[in-house]
Amino acid sequence: MSAPSPTPCLTIVRPGLFATIQDLGRFGHQELGMPVAGALDPIALRLANALVGNPAGTAGVEIALLGPALKVEADGVRVAVVGPMALSLEREEASPQPLEPHRSHTLARGDVLKLGAVTGAAVAYLAVAGGFALEPFLGSLSTYVRAGIGPLGGKPLGDRARLPLNRNNAPPGTDVELPEPPDYGGEPVRVVLGPQEDRFTAEAVETFLSATYRVGKDADRMGLRLDGPALAHTGSADIPSDGLVTGSIQVPGNGQPILLLNDHQTAGGYAKIATVISADLPRVGRLSPGGTLSFRAVTVEEAEAIRRRQEQTIVAWIRAIRPVRPAGGVDLEALYAENLVSGVVDIVNGNGDILNREEMCGRAP
Amino acid sequence: MDVRFTTAGDTAFNVEFGEGIDRPTNARVMALHARLKAAALPGLVETVPTFRSLQVVYDPAVTSRRDVQAAVEAELAHAGDAPAEGALWRLPVCYDAELGPDLAELSASLGLSAERLIDLHGSTEYFVYMLGFMPGFAYMGDLPAELEKPRRSEPRVRVPAGSVATAGRLTTVYPWESPGGWHLIGRCPVPLYDGARPAPVLLAAGDRVRFEAVDRARFDALSAEAAAGRFDPDTLRAAS
Repeated sequence: MSAPSPTPCLTIVRPGLFATIQDLGRFGHQELGMPVAGALDPIALRLANALVGNPAGTAGVEIALLGPALKVEADGVRVAVVGPMALSLEREEASPQPLEPHRSHTLARGDVLKLGAVTGAAVAYLAVAGGFALEPFLGSLSTYVRAGIGPLGGKPLGDRARLPLNRNNAPPGTDVELPEPPDYGGEPVRVVLGPQEDRFTAEAVETFLSATYRVGKDADRMGLRLDGPALAHTGSADIPSDGLVTGSIQVPGNGQPILLLNDHQTAGGYAKIATVISADLPRVGRLSPGGTLSFRAVTVEEAEAIRRRQEQTIVAWIRAIRPVRPAGGVDLEALYAENLVSGVVDIVNGNGDILNREEMCGRAP
Repeated sequence: MDVRFTTAGDTAFNVEFGEGIDRPTNARVMALHARLKAAALPGLVETVPTFRSLQVVYDPAVTSRRDVQAAVEAELAHAGDAPAEGALWRLPVCYDAELGPDLAELSASLGLSAERLIDLHGSTEYFVYMLGFMPGFAYMGDLPAELEKPRRSEPRVRVPAGSVATAGRLTTVYPWESPGGWHLIGRCPVPLYDGARPAPVLLAAGDRVRFEAVDRARFDALSAEAAAGRFDPDTLRAAS
């Protein structure tokens, strides 16, 4: 074990499979070839930040596949997780307690927050009240792993990595919850055709808008290879390299579309048939290999109206955040304080034997 | 001259000035880029210059395509086609056979001696059309017509950082170790990307570059200086 950290921080005591620091992206430097990066699901990051009282764009931890375990080396650290991830708390002398996502939790010094598997979406987010005391690079804390750009060496969080906490910014408050997890909707992913839809046959555009595509195994923060009917170009698939955005759907010569995500290159030389609208980027950012999607075309004006409505919905979700209701479930803090639960929990988690369990159950306090 | 607007969803659009890779077209891209940078339009996130088009990125939660395009069209009327001249850089390059593993094959396929290839590559002033692919990767042109050769049919999985390379009528210096399909003819000992510098990317779109051949001993000395953080890249900036 390493020595306790003198500065308030969260220390990784078991690395996850792919956890990175992300904010809403490093915009403003694409002319240098600098990718934007940032949260694949910005709605989830914004909600996690709202739950701990942070500004929307505060950097959090984006977790893919399996989350890390983090030891709390500060007093009273408020955290929140948004996304489909199992999490639990290990407090001194006690066995792990499951914690709910979509609410905040105030953790004590010495606690270990164990983030488990992310299931049902590609990513989940951990936000910490006040954010991290890390030095932004070109105005952002987003991590771009491919070039090692971002805080903590621009790498996924490794074992023993320390995330220093910005305690001065930590707004005080009691624990709060979202009344329900965010609803991302289930209709086809909406796109605006172009910028090079004229490089494709009419049949290809029709196929693209009617077929179902499956996310292939080549899926990461850079983009998703989509398996499905091939899309024919009228001529060459190659164009003079021009700008790309998150949501660009480029089609190389083999006709199989690639949906570009946040770590996309700033420019590329394949014709792009369509672009996912900004309101649907969080949905496609949540897709994992094997996931399916289909596309529906809208106009730019429609896309803008959809985005404006979505912003109103997000504001409404944030306004609906309410104090956690103790009546609705076990008040973990109180139970720990009264020291009633640790023995029972030990048994449930297999730390006590059968005789002990009977003994405990028969000796209810 | 015709300008074409193409759509990249509800966060960006492209202002296209042509189809080809040439200086007059790119000059118009850079002129509008400079103009929009100075204008600081509300809701405009950034503009990204490429060979023949400028990508205009905006925030649809703050503004709309209609408003941004109207403002861009107004700027376009004043942008002209002559952007301010960029910096001139003199980049050292060692055309050692070991550092330029494609020198022999490329020169043979072009029907030139390696010496002639090196001479042609090193005696041309290049223009940085755009950056892309990776942070700091500069697409520079135009390579002399005698050196024109499409990318390798089989890209390499690993191209060393600093590799000086050609493809088509373009040349570059790989700022990172990365996959790549260009022909490797030498290596530059000076990092084109350094996250510790206040401006981490050395070359900007619109800059000009001349390569200066150095021998292996000089290459090794400069590499060591750069690795120790004792090399000031500003010394490569030539008075233009």
